[in-house]
Amino acid sequence: MAIRTENNKAWLFVIPVVLLVAFNAVVPLMTVVNYSVQETFGDNLFFWHGLGWFEDVLRSERFHASLARQLLFTGIILAIEIPLGVMIALTMPKKGPWVPVCLVLMALPLLIPWNVVGAMWNIFALPEIGFLGYVLNEIGFDYNMTQSPLAAWFTVVLMDVWHWTSLVVLLAYAGLISIPDAYYQAAKIDGAGRFAVFRHIQLPKMKQVLTIAILLRFMDSFMIYTEPFVLTGGGPGNSTTFLSIDLVKIALGQFDLGPAAAMSLIYFLITLGVSWVFYTIMTRHDVR
Amino acid sequence: MMRLTKYTPVLYIIFLMLPIYWLLNMSFKTTNEILGGFSLYPQEFTLVNYKTILTDPTWYMGYVNSMLYVSFNTVISVAAALPAAYAFSRFRFLGDKHLFFWLLTNRMAPPAVFALPFFQLYSAVELFDTHIAVALAHCLFNIPLAVWILEGFMSGVPKELDETAYVDGYSFPRFFFKIFVPTITAGIGVAAFFCFMFSWVELLLAKTLTSVDAKPIAATMTRTASTSGYELGLLAAAGSLTIVPGAFVIYFVRNYIAKGFALGRV
Repeated sequence: MAIRTENNKAWLFVIPVVLLVAFNAVVPLMTVVNYSVQETFGDNLFFWHGLGWFEDVLRSERFHASLARQLLFTGIILAIEIPLGVMIALTMPKKGPWVPVCLVLMALPLLIPWNVVGAMWNIFALPEIGFLGYVLNEIGFDYNMTQSPLAAWFTVVLMDVWHWTSLVVLLAYAGLISIPDAYYQAAKIDGAGRFAVFRHIQLPKMKQVLTIAILLRFMDSFMIYTEPFVLTGGGPGNSTTFLSIDLVKIALGQFDLGPAAAMSLIYFLITLGVSWVFYTIMTRHDVR
Repeated sequence: MMRLTKYTPVLYIIFLMLPIYWLLNMSFKTTNEILGGFSLYPQEFTLVNYKTILTDPTWYMGYVNSMLYVSFNTVISVAAALPAAYAFSRFRFLGDKHLFFWLLTNRMAPPAVFALPFFQLYSAVELFDTHIAVALAHCLFNIPLAVWILEGFMSGVPKELDETAYVDGYSFPRFFFKIFVPTITAGIGVAAFFCFMFSWVELLLAKTLTSVDAKPIAATMTRTASTSGYELGLLAAAGSLTIVPGAFVIYFVRNYIAKGFALGRV
């Protein structure tokens, strides 16, 4: 990255990408902005509404509740998936015939369509005929995802851990295998313990890939829609209605375009803000 | 303690395989047996669910449609991302950093935000319910990702390669296709794998942009689950079949998978 020549003709190489993405991003984004400042009474008649929808959304308790659920969900899954992923990567074999087998099996959940993930966990968690539901009820828990919010949360979180921890494992593993053996030998000579090796050799090497992992997991968990929608439908009640689910309910269910558009923009800006922070940290690393 | 950590990956893989096994288990059972109660393996093994899917066009065309738009998307994304990634990895130009971040912001946009405007946009350009519409829509998040991955791999190739080629009298297109592209085949494979993956697993946009002719398999599944009762066996069989293409493509990139997930940046 460091020795790049200055050349504005490079823009020619970028044009196809810019056109394709702009077609998909700019036009729909402007449509959303357009809706967010207007009021409609049907018949395609629109009236200027200013920032009214934004104020409504920011004050609405429904939005606060979905946002709180979203933040809690993202917080929980990051707190589980990142340490768990690092731990699994640390215990994986470094070479040998089992490495590709492990990697392929671990990557498998990442390639299953999201609604199939939801449907699969729905079947898995059925109280009487699903493995998880049956076992939990047999060992004495009163587990029913469609009735108890706690059970629903437990299932949604477990599903996400099942679905995405492998991403963290693969990233952390990629960082680990790039550490030369000499580092470990040096640590051995110095008499460093297991923790010191982790703290001073493995963790610094994994720092960059872990930032990517946190960034990707933050973005994707913050936009999660299909899996919880298929698994719980946002219920019981509204207990697992995350931001995207709520947004689709307002936009496509009730067809309240103005509030939905305003909420979309606020939602997008939050994601963007947090991602920007991660991105800045990451690129600072790239330059060095 | 040491012994426990040795088995962590094994335990983890067992945890990953359990729900998949359960789906397969259900797919080989008859509806009666499923509703009859709990059993760890099918008592009356049947292939009737798979037979239904592979003989009924409303089912199997779902797979064909999904494969079609996923392939289009992969080709478009990688083809467009190649020159762009080269530009980002080799040159400084006006607004390059901002452009790169703007591209990435589209990977951060929640598809739920865009569902309705996408429907209006693709209806307006009369591409609604075509494979190309879904392929183009998925470019929104796949192109930024492909650029990001390829840029990572390309930055690992020393600049001397370019310079030597120019000294040897190669024109740019000849250098790019004859020398540069072959040296980053692994990166192209990984980028294609990721485009395939994210286009294959996405449902919200694919469902919004199609109704009959280009309906993805995932959408066919949701419809069946809601309209014709809860046919768990059929649903499980359809779900099991969606795992096959994914398993197939992972096999091809198995040696690059770790580096690929680090976006070529290790």
